[in-house]
Amino acid sequence: MTTKLFGEPVRRREDARLIVGRGRYLDDIGHTALAAAFVRSPHAHARITGIDVDGALDVEGLVAIYTYEDLTGPMAEPLPVLIPHPQLTEPRTGYPLAREVVRHVGEPVVMVVATDRYVAEDAAERIVVTYDELPVVVGVDAAYEARAAVHDDVPDNVAARHHQETGDVEPALAASPRTLSFTQYIERSASMPMEGRGVHARWDADDRSLRVYSSTQASTSVRAAIAAKLDLSLDTVEVIAPDVGGGFGVKIVHPWPEELLVPMAAIALGQEVKWAEDRREHFISSAHERQQRQDVTVGFDDEGRVTALDVHVLHDNGAYTPYGIIVPIITATQLVGPYVIPVYRVRVDSVYTNTVIVTPYRGAGRPQACYAMERTMDRIADELGLDRAVVRERNLIQPDQFPYDHHLTFQDGRPVIYDSGDYPGLLDKLRTLADWSSADVLRDEAAARGKLLGIGMAMYVEGTGPGPYEGGHVQVLGSGKVLVSTGLTSQGQGHETAFAQIVASELGVPIEDVEVTTGDTRRFAYAVGTFASRAAVMSGNAIALAARGVREKALRIAADVLEADPGDLEIDEGLVQVRGTPGASIPLRTVAVLSNPLRYAFDEAAKQATQFTTHDDSKPPVAEGDAPGLEHRDYYSPIRSTFASGAHAAVVEIDPETWEIDVVRYAVVHDCGNVVNPMIVEGQVHGGVAQGVAGALYERMAYDADGQLQNASYMDFLMPYASEVPDVDIDHQQTPSPLNPLGIKGAGEAGVIPGTAAIASAIEDAVGRRITSMPISPTELYDLMRSEDSETTATAARRAGTGVMA
Amino acid sequence: MTSVDTERTITVTVNGVPREATVPVRRLLSDALRHDLGLTGTHVGCEHGVCGACTVLVDGDPVRSCLMLAVQVAGRTVTTVEGLARDDHQGGQVLHPVQEAFRECHALQCGFCTPGFLMTIAAGLEKRDPAAELTEEEVDDMVGGNLCRCTGYANIKKAVHTAAATMKDAR
Repeated sequence: MTTKLFGEPVRRREDARLIVGRGRYLDDIGHTALAAAFVRSPHAHARITGIDVDGALDVEGLVAIYTYEDLTGPMAEPLPVLIPHPQLTEPRTGYPLAREVVRHVGEPVVMVVATDRYVAEDAAERIVVTYDELPVVVGVDAAYEARAAVHDDVPDNVAARHHQETGDVEPALAASPRTLSFTQYIERSASMPMEGRGVHARWDADDRSLRVYSSTQASTSVRAAIAAKLDLSLDTVEVIAPDVGGGFGVKIVHPWPEELLVPMAAIALGQEVKWAEDRREHFISSAHERQQRQDVTVGFDDEGRVTALDVHVLHDNGAYTPYGIIVPIITATQLVGPYVIPVYRVRVDSVYTNTVIVTPYRGAGRPQACYAMERTMDRIADELGLDRAVVRERNLIQPDQFPYDHHLTFQDGRPVIYDSGDYPGLLDKLRTLADWSSADVLRDEAAARGKLLGIGMAMYVEGTGPGPYEGGHVQVLGSGKVLVSTGLTSQGQGHETAFAQIVASELGVPIEDVEVTTGDTRRFAYAVGTFASRAAVMSGNAIALAARGVREKALRIAADVLEADPGDLEIDEGLVQVRGTPGASIPLRTVAVLSNPLRYAFDEAAKQATQFTTHDDSKPPVAEGDAPGLEHRDYYSPIRSTFASGAHAAVVEIDPETWEIDVVRYAVVHDCGNVVNPMIVEGQVHGGVAQGVAGALYERMAYDADGQLQNASYMDFLMPYASEVPDVDIDHQQTPSPLNPLGIKGAGEAGVIPGTAAIASAIEDAVGRRITSMPISPTELYDLMRSEDSETTATAARRAGTGVMA
Repeated sequence: MTSVDTERTITVTVNGVPREATVPVRRLLSDALRHDLGLTGTHVGCEHGVCGACTVLVDGDPVRSCLMLAVQVAGRTVTTVEGLARDDHQGGQVLHPVQEAFRECHALQCGFCTPGFLMTIAAGLEKRDPAAELTEEEVDDMVGGNLCRCTGYANIKKAVHTAAATMKDAR
C-alpha cells in the first residue's frame, strides 16, 4: 500500500497558504464592516455611578453606543455558567456589559460601533463613566482572609469547596514512619496567543440569518450560545472559526461578551460589525491561569515510599466562574501523577479575586498539580538523602498494574483510571537522555567556572481526550475529492494534515485528494471543542470510524459492479480492486457516482448513474436501509479519558553575581500512545516546553494591591523570545491506548506541564535553598539567597559537609 | 470627510506594483496595508512594536509596520509577505527559500507570527554573503526579535539554516 500515511512525518497541508500570506484570520475578514470598540473598567472593583456619552455623540462616523441599559431579554441576564458542578455552590458570572458593579480592570462597560476602529476608539475615549471605588481583593491569601468581598453575597469569597479522598488520610499520616509539610505558591500566566480574540458578524435581513466568524476554540457551542442569548432559532445561526492565530485555552471560554454583543449590533444595525481585540485588551479582559497556594503534608517510609498525601489548594478563580471549577479539579485529580498514593485527600478552596477570570491555559491545572507532587518527591529525597530519581522510581505505578484506578473523579465526571503506560520506562529513558548520573561532574565543572549548576526532574500523567464526544464526516465526490469535516476547531495543531493522514490511510486514497474542514458549523454541527489535548483522540477516531464506514459502502457497491466478494476487494491510491487480479478494478470516484442513482446527467461522469444505464430491476434504486451518496458520519464517545505521560529534566546554570538563571539543557521523554504525525507531535512538545520555561522563569501577571495589572503589554510581560528558550532533547515511548480504535493519546499540552516543577528542582539543587514560589526571577533569587528566612536544603548541608560544593 | 489636514493621498510601490491610497494621516502602515490595500498577510500582534508579526520591508529593510505611519512610505518601496515569492512568469510562483524552509522544517503552527519571521529572515539572508558559513549568532540575530507562541523557535532556527543552505547551493 502506498497510501499508509498514519505515523509518517507528513509536511503540513495548511502551510501552503500560511507562508504566502493567504491565511484568513479573523481581522482579515470584512473590510467594509463597522468596527466595535469597548470602554472598559479602569477600576478593579467599583460601583458605576454614571455613564455620560454626550461627548461622543458628535464624533463623525459614530454609529451606535450600547450600555447595559440597552440589553434586553436573555442579553440582560448574567452570562452562562458553562460547566456547573455541585460543589460550585456560589457561581457568579458577569453581564455582557457591566451592570452597576465592575469586578476587575478591563470588564466591558460600553460598546461603541463606528465606521472604523480609529473612530470607534475616538468615541470611546469621549465617554465618561464615573465610579465609586470599592475595596479590592488581590491574591489567594487576601481572598481567603476575606476582609473584603468580591461579590457582596459571597462574604468569604469562596466560590467552591472541592473535596476528594481515597481513604482516611489523618490516621494514615499518623501511622506513617515520617511526615513533612510545606507550603508553596505558583503565579499567574496566560495563554497569550499571538492573535487575540475577535468576532465578525453579518446579518442577512432578507434571509433572516446570521453568520458569525469568531476566533474561538468552540464554534458549535458559540453558535448555541448566540442563538440562546439573541433569541434566534439555531438553524438561522452559523458560526465559523477561520484560521485562528493560537488559542492555548483562552479561546475555549464562551460566549465572551463580545461574541454576543457584536452579533447583537450587527442585527440591530443591519450592517456587518467586527471587533478584533488589541493586545492591551487581551491582557486585561481575556482569561489568565495558574495562581495557587498549595499546603502539602506527606507521609512516607524510610525508603521514600509515600504512605499518605494530604493537599489543600487555594485556587484563585478571578472575578467570575464562567468555566466552573475545571482548572482546580484537574489540579486535584492529576496531582497523584504516575505514583501509587495509598491514601490521598485533596481539598480545594476556589476563591474570588478582583482580577481577570481564570480558565484553562495549556496544561489547565496540571502544571500546578505536577509542581505539588514533584516538589513533594524532591522533599522526600532531600529528607532521606536519596537520589530524587530513586525516590520517584520507588513510587511509580508498574506496567503490570494497568488499568490503574486512582479512585478519583476526573474533570469529565468519569473515574481517573489510567488506561496504559510504562512509567519506569520513561524514567529510565530520561536518566539516559539527561545524563542524570553525571550531574555531580557537571556541577564541579561549573563550579570551576564560578557558576552554580543544578539538575531537576519532573514526571507527569496527563488525562487527555475527555468526552463527551466528537464526530467526523467523510464524503467521496464524483471528482474523486474526499471531503472530511469535524466540528472541533484548529489553532495551529495541524489538524488538516493529521486528519487527512488518517483518512488517506483508512480509505486508501492519495492524501492530495483529501480536504479537511474544522470548526465550521455549516459543515458539522455537533461538536464539543478543542481543549484538553483531545482533538486527535476525539475527532481523529471519529473521522477514522467515518472513513471505515465509507470504505465499507464503497466495497459493497464495487463488489456489485465487479461481481466479486467485498472481502476480496482492497482500495489503494483511490482504486478499488480485486486483490491479486490486476485489471478487475473500479476507481473510487466512479463508485461515488454510482452510489447516487440519478435521473439527470449534469456532467459526463453522472451519465454512469442515470436510470437507463443502471439495470438491476430486482430492487429499488436506493435499497432499503441504504442512502444515496458515498459518505458516512460517525462519532467517537469514550468511556473515559486516556492518560498520556512523560518525564522532563532541566539543567540550570546560575551566575552567583547576577543570579541570572540559564537553562543549559532540557530533556523530554514523552508517551502519547500511537502517533499520527511525529513531526507535529515534536512541534507541540517544543512549543509546550517554551511555555513551561516561560512559566518557570519569566511570565507572571503582576497585579498590584489595587488590582491594576502592572505589566499589561509585551514590553513588560516577559514572553520568551528565541534567546530564552533552551534547546530541547526529545526521546519517545509509545504505549498505545486500549480505549480507542487508533490507540492514540493527546499531545497538545504535555510539553508545558513539568516545566515549573523541573526548573524549581534544578534551581534548588544549584543554590541549596528551598524554592517555594514560582516563577522566580534573578532578583527574587538574589533576595532569597540573602534572606535569613530562606531554608537551606539538607542536600546542600550534606554537600557542604562532604565538600562536594563549597 | 476628506481634508488636507487629516488625509493624504500617497503613492507607494508595494510588491513591485505602484499603488495609490488616500489615508488618514494617523493611519498606521500596518492598517493601511491590511485594510486600505487588502494585503492581510501582514499581521498585527501587539501594536507596540514588540512582537514583530507586522514586519514588512521598506526599501529592503525590515520595519515594524505598526510603528510607522502609512504617509511615511510615500514614494518608497514596500514588500509584504505576499510579495516574497517570485512570479515564475507561467502563472505560478517560486517561493523564497525561507518560505520553502518554513514548510520543510515545520517552523510554523498557527501561522500568525510567520509573515513577520519570514520577512525578517528573508532580509537577513538576502543581505549576507550566501557563500559564507552561517553562524548560530547570525541565526539568533535573525530570529531573536520576533515573538512566536507556538513553536518554541527550534524549528524556526532550523529553517534559517535550511534556507541559507538552499541559497548557498543556488548561488
